[in-house]
Amino acid sequence: MAKAKKLDPAQQKIIIRKVLKAIAKYRFLVFLSLLFAAVSVLFTLYLPIQVGDAIDRIVGKNNVDFEFILRKLTEIGIVVTLTALCQWLMNIINNRITYQVIRDLRQEAFKKLNILPLKTIDAHPTGEVVSRVIADVDQFADGLLMGFTQLFTGIVTILGTLVFMLTVNIAITLVVVLLTPLSLFVAKFIASRTHSMFKAQAEARAAQTSLVDEMVGNQKVVQAFCHEEEAEKTFDTINEQLRSSSLKATFFSSLTNPCTRFINSLVYAGVGLTGALVAIRGGITVGGLSCFLTYANQYTKPFNEISGVITELQNALVCAGRIFELIEEPPQVPDKKNAKVLTNPEGRVEIKDVAFRYLPEKPLIKRLNLSVTPGQRVAIVGPTGCGKTTLINLLMRFYDVDEGSISVEGSDIRQVTRASLRKSFGMVLQDTWLKSGTIRENIVMGKPDATDAEVIAAAKASHAHGFITRLPDGYNTKIGEDGGALSQGQKQLLCITRVMLCLPPMLILDEATSSIDTRTEVKIQEAFAKLMQGRTSFIVAHRLSTIKNADVILVMKDGDIIEQGKHEELLAKGGFYSSLYQSQFAG
Amino acid sequence: MKKLFVYMKIYTKECILGPLFKLLEASFDLIVPLVVAAIIDTGIANHDMAYVLKMCGILVLLAVVGLACALVAQFFAAKAAVGFAANLRSALFKRIQSLTFTQQDKVGTSTLITRMTSDINQVQSGTNLALRLLLRSPFVVFGAMIMAFTIDWRCALTFAATIPLLSIVVFGIMLWSIPNVKKVQGKLDGVLSSTRESLTGARILRAFCKEEQEIRQFTERNDALTALQKKVGRVSGMMNPLTYVLINGGVIALLYVGALRVNAGSLSQGQVVALYNYMGQVLVELVKLANLIISITKALACLGRVNTVMEMNPDMVSGETLPETASSEAVRFDNVTLTYAGAGAPSLQNISFTAYKGQTIGIIGGTGAGKTSLVSLIPRFYDATEGEILINGQNVKDYPLQALRQRIGIVPQKAVLFKGSIRENLCWGKRDATEDEMLAALSDAQGLDILNEKPEGLDTEIAQMGSNLSGGQRQRLTIARALIGKPEILILDDSASALDYMTDLHLRQAIKRFSDMTVFIVSQRTAAIRNADLILVLDEGKVCGMGTHEELLKNNEVYQEIYYSQYEKEEQISG
Repeated sequence: MAKAKKLDPAQQKIIIRKVLKAIAKYRFLVFLSLLFAAVSVLFTLYLPIQVGDAIDRIVGKNNVDFEFILRKLTEIGIVVTLTALCQWLMNIINNRITYQVIRDLRQEAFKKLNILPLKTIDAHPTGEVVSRVIADVDQFADGLLMGFTQLFTGIVTILGTLVFMLTVNIAITLVVVLLTPLSLFVAKFIASRTHSMFKAQAEARAAQTSLVDEMVGNQKVVQAFCHEEEAEKTFDTINEQLRSSSLKATFFSSLTNPCTRFINSLVYAGVGLTGALVAIRGGITVGGLSCFLTYANQYTKPFNEISGVITELQNALVCAGRIFELIEEPPQVPDKKNAKVLTNPEGRVEIKDVAFRYLPEKPLIKRLNLSVTPGQRVAIVGPTGCGKTTLINLLMRFYDVDEGSISVEGSDIRQVTRASLRKSFGMVLQDTWLKSGTIRENIVMGKPDATDAEVIAAAKASHAHGFITRLPDGYNTKIGEDGGALSQGQKQLLCITRVMLCLPPMLILDEATSSIDTRTEVKIQEAFAKLMQGRTSFIVAHRLSTIKNADVILVMKDGDIIEQGKHEELLAKGGFYSSLYQSQFAG
Repeated sequence: MKKLFVYMKIYTKECILGPLFKLLEASFDLIVPLVVAAIIDTGIANHDMAYVLKMCGILVLLAVVGLACALVAQFFAAKAAVGFAANLRSALFKRIQSLTFTQQDKVGTSTLITRMTSDINQVQSGTNLALRLLLRSPFVVFGAMIMAFTIDWRCALTFAATIPLLSIVVFGIMLWSIPNVKKVQGKLDGVLSSTRESLTGARILRAFCKEEQEIRQFTERNDALTALQKKVGRVSGMMNPLTYVLINGGVIALLYVGALRVNAGSLSQGQVVALYNYMGQVLVELVKLANLIISITKALACLGRVNTVMEMNPDMVSGETLPETASSEAVRFDNVTLTYAGAGAPSLQNISFTAYKGQTIGIIGGTGAGKTSLVSLIPRFYDATEGEILINGQNVKDYPLQALRQRIGIVPQKAVLFKGSIRENLCWGKRDATEDEMLAALSDAQGLDILNEKPEGLDTEIAQMGSNLSGGQRQRLTIARALIGKPEILILDDSASALDYMTDLHLRQAIKRFSDMTVFIVSQRTAAIRNADLILVLDEGKVCGMGTHEELLKNNEVYQEIYYSQYEKEEQISG
C-alpha cells in the first residue's frame, strides 16, 4: 500500500477499469442520469431562444403580438417545468449512485480490514488506513461521480450552445468561439503561477502546525523550562513567513475570478458589437441578440469549470487507486479446507525449531524450542525490544512462523481453524484495548450469551465488580475507545474480567510495566493468579513473583533465548538473568 | 469578541477600501444592461453604427475599470484577512504561553491546538470572503431591483415578488441543511470509529473471533449513514430545480408585464432586454450570498472559540523581586492543601514537611495519591489552595516565576523532547551550555551510549515527539536536560519507569554526587527511594507516613503493603 501521488496513463487506465467495474451494477442509473442531464442542459439552452422570440414580438407602442407572446410564454412555462423536473430527477439519481457506491466501497474495505494479516495492519499507521476508508472514499465518490456529471453537462452545454448559436447567426458565433478560449488561458496561466505560491503557503503552514503541535502540546514542559519567549520568537518568525506566503497565494489565486470575468465582459462587448452591426443590416433580430448575450454569459462557465473538474477527476482517481489497493490487499491465508477444530485442548504446546523475522534482513527469533505440558507456567523475561511479544504473535497465529512449527495438542496450528485456536487462548495484553460501548459489552466479548450472573461472578473473581458498581451506570456505563475516565489499572482489570468470563485452557499474559496504584496492583496480581490456576500460561513478565513461580523462564536478548530454566537454576548460573535480578534488589 | 478586531485595526484602510472597490466593480456590472438597452433602442433602431461602436467601447471601458477595481479589492481583502489572521495567531500563541496549568487543564491541549490552526484558518478565509462579497451580493441583488424600478416600476414589481420567494427557497434549504449536515458528520464519526477500532483492536477482536460481529456493526452504521446522506441529498437536490422554476416564472411574468407596457408605449424593447438581464444577475448573487452566509457563520463561530481562549486572563501573579536569603531549608510545605479548579475534593490535604538542602526526598503512593500534584507545587505550576510553600525560606509566590523555575530542574513523567538536535534539546535546561557540560549531564543521566549509537552525536536530529528514539533513550535525555543546569532542586517525577533496574540504580548514584542538590524522587518502586533521607508516603492526598525506609517498614502499614507487594509477600499470594 505504498503512497502513490501521480498516476501514469497506464495506471489510470487500470484504475478506470476497476472503477467501471465497481459502478457496473448501477449502469442503468448512470445512463438515466446522463440522459436527464443532457435533456435538462438542452432545454436550458433552448430557453434563451424562446425568450428572444418573445422579445422580438414586443417591438413598440401598439406593436406587440399578444397572441404569439402568450403562446410563447406558455411554451416557456412548459419547457421550464420539464427542465426543472429533469434536473431534479438527475440530482436524485446522482445522489443515489454516489452514496450507494460510497456505501459499497466502505463495506468492502471494512470486510477486508477484518481479514487482513496482522502483518499488513502493523505495517501501516492506523490513521492512514482510516483515511483510505473515510476520506478517500468520500473524495473518490464526490470527485469522480460528481466530476463526471459536471464534465458531461459541461461538454453538452458547450456543444449545445455552439449548435444553437450557429442556427441563429454564424458571424457572432465566431466571435464567441474565438474569444472564449482566452479565459481558459488566463485561468490556466494564473493557476500555474500560483501553484508554487500555494506550495510555499502549505509548507509554511505545515511548519507552523508542527511547531504549534509541539509547543502547545507540551505547554507545561515549555513553561517548566521558562522557554516561553524563545517559543514566541520562533513562532513569530514562522508566522511572518506564513503571512507573506499566504498573502501571495490568497491574492494571486483570487485573481482568477476577476480575470475570467473580464474576458467574459470582453466577449459580451464583442457579441454586443457584432450583434448590433449584424442587426442593423437586418441579419438578426433584437431577440436573437438578447439570446446571444445570454449565451455569451453562459458559454465560458463550462470551460472554466472543466479545467477544475479535470484536476478533481485526477485526484479522485488517485483516491480510487488507494482504495482499490486496500481492497485488493492479499488477505491472510484462509483456514485450510480440512482444518481441524480444536476441541477441549488440555494445554499442551510444542514449539519446534521456530525461526521468525518481521523484516527479511533482521532475524528476530532464530531457533526456538520449547515443550510445554498442560498447566505449566512459562515466563518470558528480557530487556525491551528483545522479541518477547513476538511469541504472543506466533502463538495466536497473528503471524505465521517462517521456519519450524508450533503445535497445540499435537496439531500444527496451521492445520487448525484460527477461531478454535484463538478461542483456546485467553489473552491479556499490556495495551489495554477496550471497545467503545458499555462495560458489559466489553466483558462479554468472549461469551456474548453470558448471563448477568456470570458476568458479575467473573467481575467479582477479577476484583472488578467493586469499581464497576461505583460507576454512574454500573455495568451499563458507556466507555470510549480509550477507556474514557477509567484508570489504567481499572482497564487492566476489565481486560482480565473479559478472559475470566470464558476461561480458556491456555493463557497469554503481558504484564503491565506502567505504574498502577498498589492496591489495584495487588488485585491484578490476585486476579492473574486465579486465572492461571491449572492453565498453561505464557507470561511476558515484569514482576519478580511471576518469574519466581514460573515453571520455565525464557530469558530473551536480541531475539535469542539466551537462558532457559527455573529461577534458582538461572540464578546459580550467574549469567544475564542473575545480573538482571540483582539490579532490582541492589540499593 | 469585539476586542479581537483590535488585530484588524491596523488594516482599517484595507477593510474600507476593499469592499468599496468591490462595490464600484458591482456598480459597473449593473450599468451593462443599460448600455445594451441603449444599443438596441438607439443604435439598432436608428441604424447608427457610430453609436453602437461608442457604446461597445463603453462596455470595454466598463470591463477594464471593473477589472482594475476588482484587483484592488482582492488585494486589500487578502492583505487585511491574512494580516488579521497572522496577528491573531501571534496574539493567541502569546496568550497560550501565559496560560497557567489550571487554565490549560480546563481548556485541554488538543483544543488549544485546534484554535491555533484550523479555527484561525477558517477565520482568515471567512474574513477574506466577507470583505469581498458580503456587501457585493446584496448590493447587486438590490441594485438590480432598484435599477429595474428606475426603468419601469410596474415591471420591477415582478422583481419584488421573485426575490423574496427565491430567498425563501435558497435560505430555507440552507437552513434545513446545516443541522442535518452536522448529523451526517455524527454518523460518519461512528463509521470512522468502527474502522479505527478494527485496526487498533485487531489483536483483541481476532483473539475473541469478533470479526463477523464487527462487520455487522459496521454495516448497520454504514447503512444509517447512507440513508441520512441520501435524505439530505434529496432535499438539497431540490434547490436547483426550484430556483430555476422561480426565476423563470419571474421572467415569464416580466415578459408579460413588459409586453403590456411596451404596447402602451411606456417602455422600449431594449429596456425589456435590460430587465431580463437584471433578472439573471439576481439568481447568481442570491446563491452566492447563501453560501457566503454559511462560511461567515462558520468563521464567526471559530472566532468566538478563539475569543474564549483570548479572554482567559492569567490567574497567577508573578512575584516582584527575587528575595535574597540564605536558609538551610530547601523546600518547606506548611499545611498545604490543593484543590484543583472544578474538582470536588482536595487532591492534597494538610501536607507539611521540610526538605533540607542536599537531601533526597522520596515520594511514594498509588496512582491518584497526589504525588505529582505535590511536586507540581514546588515550581508553582499550581498555587496551593491553603497553606504555603517556602523555598529557601521564602514563599514561592514572592519569586518572579521565571527565577523560581530556573532554580528547579524537572523531569516530567512523560518524556517529552522537541524537534531539533540533541544539543538544542539539552540547551532547554541551560541556554549557554558548553559541550563539556552536555557530555557531563548525559553521562550522569546514563545517556552517553545514546551518542555512541548515533553517528552525528550531539547534532543528531530528534524527530518530532522524539519518535526516532526509544522510550528509555528519551527518558535519559530528559533527565540530562534537567541536570545540565545544575538546579538547586531536582524533581524526578516517576521518570525512570522506562529504565531497567540497573540503569536506574546508576542514575541515582550519579545524582547523589551533586551534594548540594535537593532531589525529589517520585516513584512506584520502593527500590528507587529506599535510600532517600526522607520518604513521604501518600495515600489519597494525605501524608500517611513520613520517615526513612527502615522506620516506615517498621511502623507504616501502607508502606509495608507497597513494599511487600513488590517483594517477599508476593510469594504468599501466588506461591
